[in-house]
Amino acid sequence: MAYSAGDLPEAFNLVVATHVSLCDECRARMASFDALGGAVLDMGDVAEMSDASLAACLDRIDGLSQATARSPLRGAGVFPAPLADYIGGGLEKVKWRPLGMGVKQAILPTGKDASARLLFIPGGQAVPDHGHRGLELTLVLQGAFRDEKARFGPGDIEIADEATEHTPVAEDGEVCICLAATDGPLRFNAIIPRLAQPFLRI
Amino acid sequence: MQADNVETDWAALVSRVRDHQDKAAFAALFRHFAPRVKAFLMKSGADAALAEECAQDVMATLWQKAHLFDPSRASVATWVFTIARNRRIDALRKARRPEPEELPWGPEPEPDQAEVLEAQQDTERLGTALSQLPDKQRALIERAFYGDLSHSEIAAETGLPLGTIKSRIRLALERLRQQMT
Repeated sequence: MAYSAGDLPEAFNLVVATHVSLCDECRARMASFDALGGAVLDMGDVAEMSDASLAACLDRIDGLSQATARSPLRGAGVFPAPLADYIGGGLEKVKWRPLGMGVKQAILPTGKDASARLLFIPGGQAVPDHGHRGLELTLVLQGAFRDEKARFGPGDIEIADEATEHTPVAEDGEVCICLAATDGPLRFNAIIPRLAQPFLRI
Repeated sequence: MQADNVETDWAALVSRVRDHQDKAAFAALFRHFAPRVKAFLMKSGADAALAEECAQDVMATLWQKAHLFDPSRASVATWVFTIARNRRIDALRKARRPEPEELPWGPEPEPDQAEVLEAQQDTERLGTALSQLPDKQRALIERAFYGDLSHSEIAAETGLPLGTIKSRIRLALERLRQQMT
């Protein structure tokens, strides 16, 4: 709902848009929230426009061409369109930085109020035990991971907040690729990752 | 609600803009929607001058993108809302808003008239359902769409506990769902 209302930071919007690209149920929910926004707009107050406004707008559209076809965004490999758009292509375009133990990340350029990054976790590898200082959304794009409570496969979103302390482990086999967004830094429970945190921007 | 809401076929006016670059149809759409978009943007924190300018932008976008409007999927009010929301994010936040991938439907067939009618009536039915909600629930739904405020910011501003706000919004959505089925 917050995505539909336009209330989310850009990094979270990116996760939601990517998830909606993969999930028909959420696409339908998004459409119904948009419809609710339409009703709120339509029922809402009216603010008088100045007399000149319509004339100015008519003048403006006079020279404007009308779009005749959609130029649809396209996905690339495991990346649905909104994400491929940020990366400028598929997996091969990602500039990974190693985090140790085969885990890699790539930070994506989004607004400052929250950050988004891609994670690359080899099969069977654990991401260090960590808690969260804020909200974290993790969307699986390829492979799968488990934590103490559940399994997350492609298209699934894990929602973690300050109460969540967990050790996600990628399932054996395919490399697990995730898109994660958070509005606060992760808090690792071991001293070494904690020291590295300011340098790695996670 | 004004009588013209019920009687005007906004989708037909958008088709006339699309097919005939009909300026009279555009003016009718402008007179109805621009003042609502302006009010919407002012509630989101824009001053009157910025809101008026953005409302013009939104209407110009409607003119340019009339071909992209699919009347079987959304009402004109819903479509205008999404354009206004994106304009607001641009203007007030200077951030991008990633959009989901389009579904690969292939070449669009002529939209089914029954679907078009139903989608166009949704706004009206939702509006009626919305007006029948208890005041407190309706106010929160409106705030969420107008306010550019997260739930925790609404909590700070109204002094209501976050849990109360979330459960009120959930209750309101549940009630709307019942009314729509």
